[in-house]
Amino acid sequence: MPAPAAGTGPSRAVVDDGDVAGLGKARAVAFLAPGLLLISLFLVFPALWTLYLGLTNYRLSGSAAKNPQFVGIDNYIHALSDDRFFNSLGLTLIFVFGSAVIGQSALGFAIAWTMTRVRKSVRAVVEFFVLLAWIIPSSVTTFLWYAMLDRSNGTLNAMLSTGNTAWLLDYPLQSIIVFNTWVGTAFSMLLFSSALASVPPSQLESARMVGAGPWAQFRDVVFPHIRGHVLTNTLLITLWTFNTFTPYLLTAGGPDDRSNILPIFIYRLALNDGALGQGSAISLIMIIINLVIATVYLRLLKERKS
Amino acid sequence: MTALRGSSRTAQKESRQMLGHFLGLMGKSVFTALVLAFFVIPVLWLVFAPFDAHPGLNVKLPEFTLNNFKVLFDNPTAIASLGNSLILALGSMVVVLVLGSLASYSLSRVKIPGRDLLLYTLLLLSSIITGTAAMVPTFLLMVKLGLIDSQFGVILVLSGGILPTVIFILKDFMDSTPKSYEESARLYGAKPLRILWDVVIPLARPGLATIAVWAVVQVWGNFLVPYILLRSPSKSPAAVVMYTFYTEGGQPNLALISAFSLLFSIPVVAMYFFVNRRYGFRFHGGIKS
Repeated sequence: MPAPAAGTGPSRAVVDDGDVAGLGKARAVAFLAPGLLLISLFLVFPALWTLYLGLTNYRLSGSAAKNPQFVGIDNYIHALSDDRFFNSLGLTLIFVFGSAVIGQSALGFAIAWTMTRVRKSVRAVVEFFVLLAWIIPSSVTTFLWYAMLDRSNGTLNAMLSTGNTAWLLDYPLQSIIVFNTWVGTAFSMLLFSSALASVPPSQLESARMVGAGPWAQFRDVVFPHIRGHVLTNTLLITLWTFNTFTPYLLTAGGPDDRSNILPIFIYRLALNDGALGQGSAISLIMIIINLVIATVYLRLLKERKS
Repeated sequence: MTALRGSSRTAQKESRQMLGHFLGLMGKSVFTALVLAFFVIPVLWLVFAPFDAHPGLNVKLPEFTLNNFKVLFDNPTAIASLGNSLILALGSMVVVLVLGSLASYSLSRVKIPGRDLLLYTLLLLSSIITGTAAMVPTFLLMVKLGLIDSQFGVILVLSGGILPTVIFILKDFMDSTPKSYEESARLYGAKPLRILWDVVIPLARPGLATIAVWAVVQVWGNFLVPYILLRSPSKSPAAVVMYTFYTEGGQPNLALISAFSLLFSIPVVAMYFFVNRRYGFRFHGGIKS
């Protein structure tokens, strides 16, 4: 693929190139500069700095705070031989798989699918409440679930008559998985709703005419139409779930690190314990994982456009 | 004989279809009921507790009172924190709207070398450098710049984080605004900045409104960035301050928290549904949640 930058020679500027307001290249760059400056300083620079910080023994306080030493890849070796890091990585995988790939995707699709065959009023009510969970600020939703799951007064124990089960202490990882599913299903539901709306009804009709059951209809008619959306949805919500810090407000990573997903691990390591260098090393690992997911996503997006 | 067998087979098939239909209806209803229960029950607390004379953690019909709101309005920290959320949200909104429209207009009208690559990179950056992944260097940067415990600093960080997405979406809007007005304005001798302000901005208003609301919603609920960058409770936004409302006995102050949560949630919920009704939902890559 040729670089997108090619093909804009100086002669092109004279012909109609869409520059109807006579902006010109110099002014265009001037218009662009303040925004790019802000992005460079507060988004790009921190990411690049992570590269350097991860190679130092930078600490929040003490002598290493004033004169950080260059320690090479020690932080990475340390991270890769640290049980807490692998515990956190494992928990993160289960968390992302459980709440995004299974929870949000499957539930979102099931809701979108069912809502195509119920009355309009029912559909509107269901969609409203699913969306509400997504829109309410996260500090509030975490409190709502803290109340739901409370040991002695929680509504969940009252509903299931499970006595004094301390859900957040006994099942911390399961709790944040259910919580994150609850919060994020709206996106998958909306995406799959619009995807399902693009399936031509005539194709479904003919499938039904030849006697295809619901499963066959889904596999042979619906799925080919929404395959792209399934992939898009999975990649996006994986990225978001991987980066969410909200469960911190529910379990703070505990008890005993049992819900210590990577974002919370980094926070506690770097900003609570003050090990900024080690925290940076793990941040970089996280950014690289993000990069892989995002690159796959953007490539798919480009393929679909062309 | 064969005809008889045939008809009984049709009857069998019909009854099986009826059964299938019935089961489908049952399944549909049970599933819908379960989904509603899952999504509605946790929210009921937010609806009932603020109006309950004795709010507990459990969901129950309220013993009606407005006293919790009196508690809320008598609490200066709580009210100030809502003001702080407003400052952060509006501040970031202004920054991204001004810088975003300048940048997206320039990208939309002029073929700067490397434009597509730049847009692609912006989108990539905004999805991979999240507040979570970059919290350590961002924190250190703000320490070095002396912007810890500064609301201005929080606005800069939050704006920097959402600006790539803003530019990306706004460029789409700018691309689709008609260009003939700009041409005429130029013939009358208007300068580019004037054309942008008087001609393009009014045309792109729906896009700008969507972006404005989106930016406010993003910042209004953000917890992490103000949590790590602000120190004084008097500067902290609602999302952070909410977790400091405890009674003297160390229990969460439910009267205050319930009323506060409701007041804190209403603006974003209202704006969201307003935008949805007017412009419909839009999907864009790279939107940070």
